[in-house]
Amino acid sequence: MAEEMKVIYERPRSWANKVTHYCPGCTHGVAHRLVAELVDEMGLLDKTIAVWPVGCAVLGYEYFTFDSVEAAHGRAPAMATGIKVTNPDNFVFTYQGDGDLASIGMAEIVHAAARGWPITVIFINNGNYGMTGGQMAPTTLLGQKTTTSPLGRTPQTNGFPIRVAEMLAQLDGPAYIARVSLDSPVNIRKAKSAMRKAFNAQVRGIGFSMVECLSTCPTNWKLTPVESMERIRKEVMPYFPLGEFKVAQGVL
Amino acid sequence: MSDKVLMKGAEALAEGAIQAGCRFYFGYPITPQNETPEYMSRRLPEVGGRFVQAESEVASINMVYGAACAGVRVMTSSSSPGISLMQEGISYISGSNVPCVVMNAMRGGPGLGNIAPAQADYFQAVKGGGNGDYKRIVLAPSSIQEGVDLFVDAFELADKYRMVVMVIVDGLIGQMMEPVEFKTKVDVSTLKTPEWATVGRHGRDHANVITSLTLDAAGLEKWNLKLQAKYAQVERSESRIEEYQMDDADYAIIAYGTMARIAKTTVRVARAKGIKLGLLRPITVWPFPAKQLQAYAPKLKGALTVELAYRQLFEDVQLALCGKIPLGWFGRGGGVVPGPQEILAAFEEQFGKGR
Amino acid sequence: MERVSIDEQQCKSCGLCVSVCPVKILIISDRLNARGFRPAQCTDQDKCTSCSSCALVCPDIAIALYREVKA
Repeated sequence: MAEEMKVIYERPRSWANKVTHYCPGCTHGVAHRLVAELVDEMGLLDKTIAVWPVGCAVLGYEYFTFDSVEAAHGRAPAMATGIKVTNPDNFVFTYQGDGDLASIGMAEIVHAAARGWPITVIFINNGNYGMTGGQMAPTTLLGQKTTTSPLGRTPQTNGFPIRVAEMLAQLDGPAYIARVSLDSPVNIRKAKSAMRKAFNAQVRGIGFSMVECLSTCPTNWKLTPVESMERIRKEVMPYFPLGEFKVAQGVL
Repeated sequence: MSDKVLMKGAEALAEGAIQAGCRFYFGYPITPQNETPEYMSRRLPEVGGRFVQAESEVASINMVYGAACAGVRVMTSSSSPGISLMQEGISYISGSNVPCVVMNAMRGGPGLGNIAPAQADYFQAVKGGGNGDYKRIVLAPSSIQEGVDLFVDAFELADKYRMVVMVIVDGLIGQMMEPVEFKTKVDVSTLKTPEWATVGRHGRDHANVITSLTLDAAGLEKWNLKLQAKYAQVERSESRIEEYQMDDADYAIIAYGTMARIAKTTVRVARAKGIKLGLLRPITVWPFPAKQLQAYAPKLKGALTVELAYRQLFEDVQLALCGKIPLGWFGRGGGVVPGPQEILAAFEEQFGKGR
Repeated sequence: MERVSIDEQQCKSCGLCVSVCPVKILIISDRLNARGFRPAQCTDQDKCTSCSSCALVCPDIAIALYREVKA
């Protein structure tokens, strides 16, 4: 009996097929892969322009086969706005970490969300500044030790972590806001479905969309990749609950 | 359009940019140039363009950066403190080799300063401001008409060299009204999207990437050398100067922009008194017209630099002429604008009666 | 042909695939790849259920999955 091999999973076409610079077990790679899969599946390769951040994903443009620009730290939503305004039919997304988006770039993300223009933001929340060596981020949890909160983050000295998805969902501009987690196969499937909705919110011209991805940073967390996934479930999710915080009519 | 119309400077300059093919404007309110974004917000939609009021000057310049990556004619305008906030973006845009135009209606500083006319952002405009080794072309009109004409050049130079072009004016030029004629109208349908633009692949066999990042030192040095070669080419080809009453001049005033406009009256007053004074007015302050100044050195007994700042333009004059002829300087700061007689008095104090 | 195909040169030995495989057929091998990582390896291709868990968690896009179908 003749047999053929059916493809269950292969690398996306939008993936440039290079070995990334990310540390072993870092979920940036997972988020990258989901982006590439969706760009393939939704036929967006020819019209995509990605805006990369300053942070671990600064070299993101090396790994994809669509057009890319590299923004200044925190300014990706402004740059994406400039690109989208000049080319409204293109698909424009930013990919930003928590220092980039929630600290130095807070003004840009809030106003991009408030304008509500159809751009998409993939937001990586791993609770620290990974690229610079694990300093405290706006998303660092209370009690969490980082290189700049060596005794653990306290409200008295460092203030409180920011829940970006909930905050932006208060605005009228966004069409789709969700928080997902990249900690397990089931949650990664859900993450992809949320990203699909976010991409669709732009493709269908409905409005601004953002997916916040709870992610790991095994190197700076000083945990193994597997322990890092467990930490997301045990420590991060209780503070940063998963869910859809804004779903405008027509987003699917 | 060939008839003259009476327009306020800040609006005429905006219309000049539109006639030069600018279809995208991103900006943030700041005095004394608010009429420029206000005009853009009315006019750009009429010509199929887009005006966006950004949340800050930081966002404005990065929106400009994004649009510039798409290869369109794009600009922003601001005034001194706002331009300071844009320095990061200007450095990135320069490091990424994409074109745009930035207008600065300079006001008194440092800090919040005031909203009166000044030229104290000269160093920031011509020497740097942002990080890294980069240059912008800096055009300094001294009338509304010249500003309108220079906007056409500004966009062409930006596209030609893939550089940031700055147009520096001040509140005086922005707020006064003059008859102006729009001589050149660029048909934007003739402007082609550059092959490097990030506009989506749309069948292109490779991805376009625009970045100012080069991690490896040898690679970044190579990139810098490429930029330096470009800047050297601009220095060779693009410096401009106006020579006023210089044919028989014994002395020259060196001034640009508003200050040069006032100094022209000083020249006339001085000549009425028998002093053979002329004016050398850099139209490009970068590239600085050093060669043109040097050509006059053998004929001149001295030159007085006049500016609305403290020895900023003077530094470039010194670099060009130091040791060749006696140099004097006169300036006012903080938004105080000297009149023609005050300049003449300064000249006579430093150079005698000019005989 | 393999059901689980691991690109050993892409693998960084993070072990996430090993941790999520429901039928426990993935291990970290004792070989080194060109970058000095010990790549993941499948010990029993026939037991693979094509659940895709390993490919889903792999941050390095190193895993491809196939399944026989009757022609």
